[in-house]
Amino acid sequence: MQIDLSVQKVTKKFQEFIAVNSVSFEVQKGRFFSILGPSGCGKTTLLRMIAGLTEPNEGTIEIRGKSMAGVSPNKRPVNLIFQHLALFPMMNVGENIAFGLKRRGENKANIKKKVKAILERSGLPGFDTKKIDQLSGGQKQRVAIARCLVLEPTVLLLDEPLGALDLKLREQMKVELKKLQAKVGTTFVYITHDQSEAMVMSDSVAVMNNGEFEQIDSPQNLYNKPKTPFVAQFVGDNNAWSGRIRQSEGTTAEIEIAEGSVFSTKVDETLQSGTEVDLFLRPEAMFIKPDPGIPDLNRFEVVVKSILFDGANSRLLANPPNADTELLIALPQNRQYDYIQVNDKIEIGWDKQSGICFPRK
Amino acid sequence: MKKQFRWGLLFFLTPVLLWLVLLIVLPQIDLFIMSFRTESDSGEMLWSISNYLNFFNEPIYWLTFVRKAVYSVLVTFLTFLIALPVAFYITKVVKPKFQGFLTVLLLLPFWVSEMVRIYGWMILLRESGVINHFLLKFGILDHPVEMLYKDTTMVLGLIYTSMLFMVVPLIAVLESLDDNLIEAAYDLGANMWSILFKIIIPHATPGIVSGSIVVFMLTLGNYLTPNLMGGKNSLWFTEQIYNQFIASFNWNQGSAFGFLLLFLSSVVIWVGLKLSKQTLRKVVQ
Repeated sequence: MQIDLSVQKVTKKFQEFIAVNSVSFEVQKGRFFSILGPSGCGKTTLLRMIAGLTEPNEGTIEIRGKSMAGVSPNKRPVNLIFQHLALFPMMNVGENIAFGLKRRGENKANIKKKVKAILERSGLPGFDTKKIDQLSGGQKQRVAIARCLVLEPTVLLLDEPLGALDLKLREQMKVELKKLQAKVGTTFVYITHDQSEAMVMSDSVAVMNNGEFEQIDSPQNLYNKPKTPFVAQFVGDNNAWSGRIRQSEGTTAEIEIAEGSVFSTKVDETLQSGTEVDLFLRPEAMFIKPDPGIPDLNRFEVVVKSILFDGANSRLLANPPNADTELLIALPQNRQYDYIQVNDKIEIGWDKQSGICFPRK
Repeated sequence: MKKQFRWGLLFFLTPVLLWLVLLIVLPQIDLFIMSFRTESDSGEMLWSISNYLNFFNEPIYWLTFVRKAVYSVLVTFLTFLIALPVAFYITKVVKPKFQGFLTVLLLLPFWVSEMVRIYGWMILLRESGVINHFLLKFGILDHPVEMLYKDTTMVLGLIYTSMLFMVVPLIAVLESLDDNLIEAAYDLGANMWSILFKIIIPHATPGIVSGSIVVFMLTLGNYLTPNLMGGKNSLWFTEQIYNQFIASFNWNQGSAFGFLLLFLSSVVIWVGLKLSKQTLRKVVQ
């Protein structure tokens, strides 16, 4: 498989502050690659370095095997979609899309043909004479994408382009972007702080924190097999306990958590007893009132503090009786648990295979 | 209640209205009437348009006007050429904490009157002035050169005087230009010149036009700078008006010239607005 974008040990410092610290990754041709991280983690800086708007202090960026060192943004085969789209308000839609083609000096008839074709493909036929401020949020989005795609870049960079849209439109654009990417087959590098955007659209996701990549993996693996505590907490919701290993044998361990309960869970490696650990558990890994017959469950009691109804994503917010650890427990909406009230005491069970345990550093 | 409010309004409005009517509107009307009066051979005052006709019949008059208009356009354009990089540097290149400082630095010369500033230039440029002194001292010249009283010096002085009035609207308009637009254009393959002509200048047009109008009007109506720095070689139309009023004591002729200046400069601005496809309302905002 051809590698479209290769970033090797790229570092960027702003005076003393290290924005991006020795980051390396490769993106294969035609893949949808996302970089997911909280704001201020250095993801925009990384993207700007690929686009050429910022030069790295160290490391190399190669596009289709060609080093991009010293190549200015207007000469790079990449295009960037800005967070606020940066459509040119002094031009109409057609002129915006034709801007890059004109700079390349293509002939007029050709430009006209290409603009028409890309507008049709973006679902905006006949929009070329419209002014930018006449467009809705979603249409602006499509124009911004069309303006870049018409140049047929090797890699398309997207800097949180859905951030400014309202929720409903964002959901819709997510699906649309993924479909579009599959159709045009261009390599996409997408950065976002929204884990749902990254998970829904991407073939693989890099989770970034404090200027470093924590994990590069498929969305499924990020969710199910996080490699670091940060990934476990940042990708999806997680309940966190801190505790200490009581005994560990092979890939199972008994953990005594701070509030006194003892859980057994799988671990990646045998851990010394007494090791401080963080234990993570997904809300949906906890069952409400499990059948007493199910073996190998960690069982404990909680007091319901509040019921967070959110359709299919409803949860219970609960505490163990004598501790103030807050736990999120998935509440399936099959009407089976409608009787649960605030301050009820209920039993919770979870399978030891679903715990995720990291030794504390 | 309503009546009281009206009295209050009248109370605060009166000084303004008095000011406007007594000091601006009435004298203007008087001058306008005066410009249509002329003295006959027998010394009687008659209605006539001969004051206006004089302007067109006497080449020295309209030639000075054309000369002045051409120089004003030139000064406006040169001021724009100098002001754009300055405004761009202040708004986009320099760190935000220095922006205020640099703007104040631009304003600083305007804390003293135009007269003082022009005398400053004269001290620098005159035959026995500072620049000549140093040029002689370092052996670049073997005898002093008179740099004052030339058209170039006059243009220099006029540009210096009007710089601020171009830079300030440009700073305002460039501040509203999103940096991302420049980066997006760069990313889409534009070079420096196409960014300048396709992005920066179209965005800045309202500021450019309003700055140009102010600079053009100030230059056209400037009396002091051309008179002091241009000397007798650079006859300026305002000097003609001055001469009519003060030297020839022909107030009728002088006011006719004054209204011609007003009318013709308005025409130039109207043409400029039409050429740049701007409307006055948009520019004034």
